[in-house]
Order: sequence, then structure tokens, then C-alpha cells
Amino acid sequence: MIRSRAIIRSLPKASTSSSRQIGISAGSVRSLATVSDPPVRHYGGLKDQDRIFTNLYCKHDHGLKGAQARGDWHKTKEIIHKGDSWIIQTIKDSGLRGRGGAGFPSGLKWSFMNKPGWEKDPRPRYLVVNADEGEPGTCKDREIMRGDPHKLVEGCLVAGRAMNANAAYIYIRGEFYQEASHVQQAIDEAYKAGLIGKNACNSGYDFDVYLHRGAGAYICGEETALIESIEGKQGKPRLKPPFPADVGLFGCPTTVANVETVAVAPTIARRGGSWFAGFGRERNSGTKVYCVSGHVNNPCVIEEEMSIPLQELLEKHCGGIRGGWQNLKGIIPGGCSVPVIPRSDCEKVLMDYDSLKDAQTSLGTGAVIVMDQTTDMISAIARFSKFYKHESCGQCTPCREGTTWMMNMMDRMVEGRAQEREIDMLLELTKQVEGHTICALGDAAAWPIQGLMRHFRPEVEARLAAFHAKNGQTLFGGALLSEADKRYAIPDNLGGDATRNIAQQISAP
Amino acid sequence: MSFARSAIASTRAIVSRPAARGFSSSSSRRSESLFVHRDTDYNNPNIKFEFTPENLKIANEIISRYPPQYKKGACMPLLDLGQRQNKGWTSISVMNEVARLLEMPKMRVYEVATFYTMYNREPVAPNFVQLCTTTPCQLGGCGSTKILETIESHLKIHPGQTTKDGKFTLIEVECLGACSNAPMMQIGDEFYEDLTPETTVKILDALAKGEKPKPGPQSGRQTSENSAGLTALTSKPYGPGEFCSPEFR
Repeated sequence: MIRSRAIIRSLPKASTSSSRQIGISAGSVRSLATVSDPPVRHYGGLKDQDRIFTNLYCKHDHGLKGAQARGDWHKTKEIIHKGDSWIIQTIKDSGLRGRGGAGFPSGLKWSFMNKPGWEKDPRPRYLVVNADEGEPGTCKDREIMRGDPHKLVEGCLVAGRAMNANAAYIYIRGEFYQEASHVQQAIDEAYKAGLIGKNACNSGYDFDVYLHRGAGAYICGEETALIESIEGKQGKPRLKPPFPADVGLFGCPTTVANVETVAVAPTIARRGGSWFAGFGRERNSGTKVYCVSGHVNNPCVIEEEMSIPLQELLEKHCGGIRGGWQNLKGIIPGGCSVPVIPRSDCEKVLMDYDSLKDAQTSLGTGAVIVMDQTTDMISAIARFSKFYKHESCGQCTPCREGTTWMMNMMDRMVEGRAQEREIDMLLELTKQVEGHTICALGDAAAWPIQGLMRHFRPEVEARLAAFHAKNGQTLFGGALLSEADKRYAIPDNLGGDATRNIAQQISAP
Repeated sequence: MSFARSAIASTRAIVSRPAARGFSSSSSRRSESLFVHRDTDYNNPNIKFEFTPENLKIANEIISRYPPQYKKGACMPLLDLGQRQNKGWTSISVMNEVARLLEMPKMRVYEVATFYTMYNREPVAPNFVQLCTTTPCQLGGCGSTKILETIESHLKIHPGQTTKDGKFTLIEVECLGACSNAPMMQIGDEFYEDLTPETTVKILDALAKGEKPKPGPQSGRQTSENSAGLTALTSKPYGPGEFCSPEFR
């Protein structure tokens, strides 16, 4: 009662001043519960002292001496002596999520290896590092392996200890020759210095690290395909379950992790999980290596805080969009598998898993592909369809046939040689591929097309209309109506019903 | 593209002349790569291939990385080693030798050699030019389309062909993972990045003369840092134990 009177009394006084002051005067009267908005935190602006990959640009020595001077292999023995559950708990505390695209919490994933009673299993256990960086737009692991190979080798040991693995295989894509030689050099140096191998770092723990070079297959970035590939077979994904943590490489418990995920583990262990969790929004914590390509003034690879606004990332580190922000058409924020978003969304999104998911796209690998107004968006996406057609392993029919169909239809869309209704047919086709294959390549082939039609459908329709204005209507499949044989009715599955206009025929006797 | 065109052309033919089409007149569709081996004078099982003693030593070292009962894990690295020894291509004899060495059925090796794109099953020139034409390279820098035109007009070949002097083979490949340094091409094992038509010609000319041009970005930057000046990692990197939690200092 007293409070309400006080507010009423204060109102006429405040009404003469600005609305801002009303808030203040009313607030000063409230005494029991003071609710204030939490301060708005701005993400981004990572300091050099918090960057994990301090030799990302190969400015320093990538060998053992240089790596040790930058803090690698510092007290690794103590980390190993802390034991598996301590390492896994630290990784859980840090909130690290897999950096390869799916974003699965790493601590949880690693803990799957230590099921109750795992000690009784006589099989060897493996950690497999996925360095088959093939996603178009992605070039982060390459810089890590060139500049900081010892971070990766040490990461293998720490992550391997966490999951009680006996050995690690690093699967590097075959094209990365320089990167593979840097990693091999790091492995050799580490063996020589007794950091890995028997009694690694004098800790009493035995751990081997091997390098395996791929030979040019995008599909081998899928975890089970990668396992098949190391086993010396065609890289065709396996059905799950059984999951690799039960039956993986050589039939033994295996965990596959991305290079970046593994390489950050020792630093997190040394600096504490809470340090890493202090960056980025909740559930999206940490630092991330972003790779920016396409129509920016200075494309680059950069380690930044998670949840940095996309616009700030581009303007701060990449010199902005060519021709200014207004010249932006769309951005693919996570490698070619994720849908494109238009400029209006680019202004709003933060670079993390959840914000991009809300924008109906995904963080993927953090590979930002920027497209300005000069880009032919349809042709850019059609090129991705060609990529997936080329890279489909051919195991599942929906993907093998679907990617070819999608490529053919997209190629016709680029020219405009298609019926308007074929846009929806194409979308239906993507839905028939998506989720009907063993691995996610089918989904990945479908999403860019869905993203294109979601945000740039008017552009596709305009392209078709322009073609029709020039060459006349087309049938389904791209044949011109004018070239069709007029002696016969055109069947409906070639677009006959779309060309007939019954109302017109009735009204014109 | 040509594939799509031919599909359209055949549809058109069906629509306009339905009666003319017999049972066996559908045209064969050629895949983009050969999956069937046919004996030729340069590629048949009678041509002997053996690893040199040095390579055999490397091969044994590679085999030791895999569990003894899973020797076949070494199939891919050994095919690669064989390809390097065999002037950059994997003949049927290389595959057979790998199968013999790893005690695998030959067919299992053929499966692997046909699945992965880096095993060339036809001879290639010493300068094997692989140009990336996937979207990020198509967009970045001056665009890979321009680079492709430059190479085509300079060497007078199209993708999939070898020059008359036998020095260059050109192919288009999918993403090679150097997207921030687009456009780029790989020649042999080396990446040439940040290409422009001028630098591309310069590289090709140097290789034709037998020189080895400097790999990496051709624009003057070292790797994939911001070319207008560093925006990160400008200070001296922190040392061992710095900023670590007390027990790891």
C-alpha cells in the first residue's frame, strides 16, 4: 500500500521530465526486490595470451625445441599421472564440443571408452585423429598441423590417456604432404625425446602415435569410413551400431576426434577447464579456429572466441566484405554442408553452435564462405552439388543416385532450363535423400540446396522466367516445349499437365 | 555439364522420334574415370614391378605400424609408395606387387586403387597440375575459372589432357583444403596458393624449364594470415607454464 502510493506520488513529478527519469525514480522507490538486467556481455576480442595455437601462421619453429619454448610438453607427465577421470572431468568442465562439425560434447564422448569393466577387455584401444580435412571452405587443421604439430601429438597422448588408449592413428588427407611431413617430424622427435612410446614422458604409460596418409576421398572424413580406410579398404561408412567405442578400428574400441579437439586438450588440462569455459556463451564455450574464404578483402585463418558476432569476425580480422557490408549477398558459415544465410541473418548471428542453429544453419567446421553481390548464388550451390556427386561413395542408393540427380537439376537451374514446379520437385528430392543414408553425406548434399531455396528462391524463379521468356516453356527434365512432338499428347510425367490449360480450351471453341 | 546436356539431348530424341528407337540403341554413358582394367602395352600384369631396396625398407617400416594380423592396413601407403616409384602412376603391376607383399587378394587392392582419387591409373606427366575448382576457390581471389582459362591457354590443353611435350598433365580436382589462400593448385606434392593469372604463368614457365618455383602463397604472405597486417598473434608467444593453473606452472 505504501509502495503504490509512493509510485503514484512520484508519477506527476516525473511526467514533466524524460521517460528515462521515470525509470530511475520508480527504481529508487523499489526496495524489496531489485531486479536488474545482467550486463550484456560482448564476445570476441580474444587476447594473444588466451590463444591456444600460438604458431598458427608458422612464424616460429614448428620443431620440438620451438614447441617446448611455447609451452608444449610442459609437465605432461603430471597431466598423465592425474589419471583418466581427472582429464575427462576437466574436459567436461571446459565445455569443449567437438570441432569437426557435429559439436558433440568431447568429455562425454571420451568417457564412452571407459565403460564399467573396460579393464577386463583384452583388446587394444585406439584413438583416431581425423585430419582428413576435406570440407570445402575448411583449412584450419592444416594450419594447426603445419605450425603446431607438437600440440597435436601431445594432445594424442593426453586424450589417449583419458580414454586409456594404447595407440593413436592420425589420418591426414593425402594432398597435405607438407602437413604430413611436419606431423611425422613431430612424432619422430617426440619418440626420440621419450615423450611418446614406451613409458611416455617417464610416466609409466605406454602410448604409440602413427601417421596414416589418405588418398583423396572426402567421405573418409566420416568416422567409420575413416576407420575402414585405415584398415586398408574402400572408405565406405559402416552402419551404427555397433559404435566405434565398442567395435572400431581393427575391431577394437576406438574414438575418432577432430584435430582441433585433440590439440586443445593439453592446454585445457594445464590452464584449467574454467579458463576455457570462460570464453563464449554457455554450452558453446571455448576458443575456435575460424577460416574465412571468399569475397572478403583479406581472407585468413584466425583463432577467436566462440560466439563472436559474424559481422565482427569479418570486419575485425578479414578487412570486411569486398565493396562494403552492403555488398554482401550471403554467407555459408560452416563449410559447404550447411545452408547459406542471407545478409539480414549475417548481421544477427553469433559464431557458435546454438546461434547458428537458430538461424537454420550450423557452425560446422567454422569455415566461413563469403559471397558478395557479384556471386551467382545458384551456380555456387550447383558447384557444391557437383562436389557431392563426385564424392558420394556409392554405397547407399539414395545418395549415389540422389546426388547425381541433384547435380543435373541444379545445373539446369543455373541455366534456367527447368519448369517452375521442378524447384519443389528438387526440394522433395533433397528430402528423400536426407536421413535415408548410412552417413551424413546425403544430408550434407541436401542442405545447401534447401538453404538456397529457403532464402534465394526468387532468384531461382527469376532465372527460370528469363529462360522461358527467351526460349519458351520447358517440360520437366529440361526439354523445350517447342521441340516436343505435337502429334502426341505430352505425358504428365514430362510436364504435360503443366502445359495444358483446360479452362482455355473450353472457353475457346 | 556435358553429362547433363547429353541427358537432355536423349530426352529430346525420345520425345520427337519415339518410333525410331530400337531396343539396343541407348547410348553408353561414360563414367568420368575408368573402373575397368584393359591390358595395354604399357599397362599389363607382365610388366615387372618391384620395390627398390630403399623403398622396401620404407615399406617394411610402414607395415610395422599396423597390427601383424592387419597388414592390409598398409595397403594405401604402399600403393602411394609404389606410385611414387612408378613415375607418378599406379599400374596393375604396382597393385599386384602390393597385394603380394601384404598377402592380400589382388581384388582387394584393386578396390582400394579405384576408390581413391589420388591413385592415377594412367600415366601422368612429371608436372601433375591439379587445380581446385570448388566454390571457395571459384569465389576467392581472382577466381579459379580465370586460372583454369590461363592454364588452358598457356599449356594448350584441357583438364584430363597432357601436353605434347609430355611435361604437364592438368586435371580439375575438388577442394584441396587451402580455401583461405584461394585460388590454388597443387603440382606434385606442393601447393601454390593465392594465384593470379601472372603468377600462374610464371610457375608453369619455371617448371617447364626444370626449375622449382617457391611453393606456398604467391602473394607475399607467409601462410594464411591477414595479408594487410596481422590482427592476432602479434606479441611474443607465451612460454612454458605461463598462465597455467598453479600445479602446472
